[in-house]
Amino acid sequence: MSGQRLSYLVLLALALALPFFVYPVLVMKVLCFALFACAFNLLLGYTGLLSFGHATFFGTAGYVAGHALKVWGLPTELGLLVGTGAALALGWLIGSLAIRRQGIYFAMITLALAQMMYFFFLQASFTGGEDGLQGVPRGTLLGVIDLADDLHLYYFVLAVFVFGFWLIYRTIHSPFGQILKAIRENEARAISLGYDVARYKLLVFVLSAGLAGLAGATKMLVFKFATLSDAHWHLSGEVVLMTLLGGMGTVFGPVVGSSVIVTLQNELADKVGSLVTVIMGSIFIVCVLLFRRGIVGEIAALYKRALGERA
Amino acid sequence: MSEDYILETQGLVKEFKGFIAVAGVSLKVRRGHIHALIGPNGAGKTTCFNLLTKFLEPTKGTIRYKGVDITREAPAQIARRGIVRSFQISAVFPHLTVLENVRIALQRKLGNSFHFWRSHDTLTQLDPRAGELLAEVGLESYAKMVAVELPYGRKRALEIATTLALEPELMLLDEPTQGMGHEDVDRVMQLIKKVSANRTILMVEHNMKVVAGISDTITVLARGSVLAEGAYAEVSAHPKVIEAYMGTEHVD
Repeated sequence: MSGQRLSYLVLLALALALPFFVYPVLVMKVLCFALFACAFNLLLGYTGLLSFGHATFFGTAGYVAGHALKVWGLPTELGLLVGTGAALALGWLIGSLAIRRQGIYFAMITLALAQMMYFFFLQASFTGGEDGLQGVPRGTLLGVIDLADDLHLYYFVLAVFVFGFWLIYRTIHSPFGQILKAIRENEARAISLGYDVARYKLLVFVLSAGLAGLAGATKMLVFKFATLSDAHWHLSGEVVLMTLLGGMGTVFGPVVGSSVIVTLQNELADKVGSLVTVIMGSIFIVCVLLFRRGIVGEIAALYKRALGERA
Repeated sequence: MSEDYILETQGLVKEFKGFIAVAGVSLKVRRGHIHALIGPNGAGKTTCFNLLTKFLEPTKGTIRYKGVDITREAPAQIARRGIVRSFQISAVFPHLTVLENVRIALQRKLGNSFHFWRSHDTLTQLDPRAGELLAEVGLESYAKMVAVELPYGRKRALEIATTLALEPELMLLDEPTQGMGHEDVDRVMQLIKKVSANRTILMVEHNMKVVAGISDTITVLARGSVLAEGAYAEVSAHPKVIEAYMGTEHVD
C-alpha cells in the first residue's frame, strides 16, 4: 500500500513540474480528457454500462458554464459548478430513461438522447451554433489569482483533476463500488441478493455524468470557448477508445489512454490532416486484436504473472 | 393452514405469446421441508421457478409467502423478505475474491451500500462472519482466490455460502448439481442437506439420486401442470409419472 502511495506522490510531483517542460495548454487538455475518460470508465469499467452519448455531459457543462461566465458574469468557481450541476441534472434525466434497458439498447438510448442534445445546441441561440460560444473570460480564482495566466490556470486545472480522480478512486474502492462490481459481474445475482440494481446504476450514472461535466466545463475554461464538437458523437466514441486503449476497469488506464490519444491528435493534426481519423481507427483495431486489456491492463497482467512465477 | 406452508401458489399461469409454459400450477411448500420440483424437459420447471422468484411476471394466479401476497413484488424485494434463489449456471461474481463474494451478500445489512465516499475498508468488519460461512461450506482455505479460478463444484459451494449469508428462510435452488461429476454431486447433496436445517428448500433437480436422497416432498410437472405430488416412493410408483417421465429412465 505504501508503495502505491509513493507512486501517486511521484506522479503528482511530475504533474506539478510538467508545465515547465511541456506546453501547459496541451497538458491541461490532456487532464480534462483524462478526467472525462476516468468518469466514463466508472460506468464502463466498473459497472459494465456502455454509454454511447457521454460527450453530451461534457459538452452541456461547457455551454452552461460558458454562458454563466460570459453572460451572467458569475465568478469562475461558481460558473464551473453551475456547468457541473447542469451535467448532473441531465445525467439524472438521461440515466433514469436509459437504465431501464440493458446492453446495446442502453447504448442506443444514450446515443439517441445525446444526439437530441446536439441538435438542440446546434439550433439554440445562446450557443452560437456552428461558431460556438466564444470569448468566455477565464476570470480569477477566489477573486485573487488571475487565471488568464496559463501557469496559474494549469495548477487550478490540476487541482480539479486530482479532486475528480480522487472521487472516482474513492467511489471504486467504497462499499458502493463493491455493489457496482457485483452488478458488472452478475446483475441477476445482485438482484437475487436483494439489491435494487436500478438505483445503483442511476447513482453511478449521475456521478459519472457530473464528473464528465466537470471535465467539460474545465476544458471550456482552458480554451475560453464552448464548441459543438464537445457534444458530438465523435467525442462519445473517442472516450470509448481512450478507455479501451488505456485499459478499462483499471484506475489509471483512462489517464494513459487519453494522454496517448490527445497527444497523437495534437502531433499529427498539422502533419497528416484528416488522416488522423484513419490512424485513430487503426489504433482501435490493433488494440482490440492484440491487447484487449489495454495498455495498463496488459502491464498489470504481466506484473501479476511475474509475481506468480516468483511465488 | 398457512402456518404449515411457507409458500403457496394458486392457479399459476404463464403464457408466452400464446404458448402456455405453466398452466395453472398450485403448489404448497411445507415449512422445513426439502421440496423437489421435477419433470421432463420442457415441463415448465424453470419457468415456474422464475415465476416464484419474480424474474418473470405470472399471467394469472397468485403467490403467497408466509400468508402475504407477493405476486406483484420486485425480485430484489422478495429477496429482502427472505426468499433467495440460485441459478442454473453457477452464480458467482467471477472476478471478485471468494471472500468478497460472500461479503456482497452480507453488506446490504450494514446499510452503507450507497456510500460512495467511504472506504471499502469499512467492510472488513464483515470478514469474520464471511469466514464462518465459507467454513460452513468447506471453502475457508480459498478465501483469497478469485472466484473464477474455483473448480465447478466449489463454485456451487460458494454460491450456497453467499445465499446463506442472507439467512434465507426459503432457498430456491435451480438444478444445484447440474453438470457435476459424482464426487461434486455427493458433496453438494450433503451440503444441501446440512443447510436445510431450520429452513425450507425448494429445488429444481434432474438427478434422481439427489431427489430420492434428500427430498421430503416431490412435485412432478409435465406440460405445465402438476402430475403428481408426494414422497419419493409414492411419486415414483405413480403410473402417470412412470409413463411421462421415469418410464424412459430407469431409476434405482
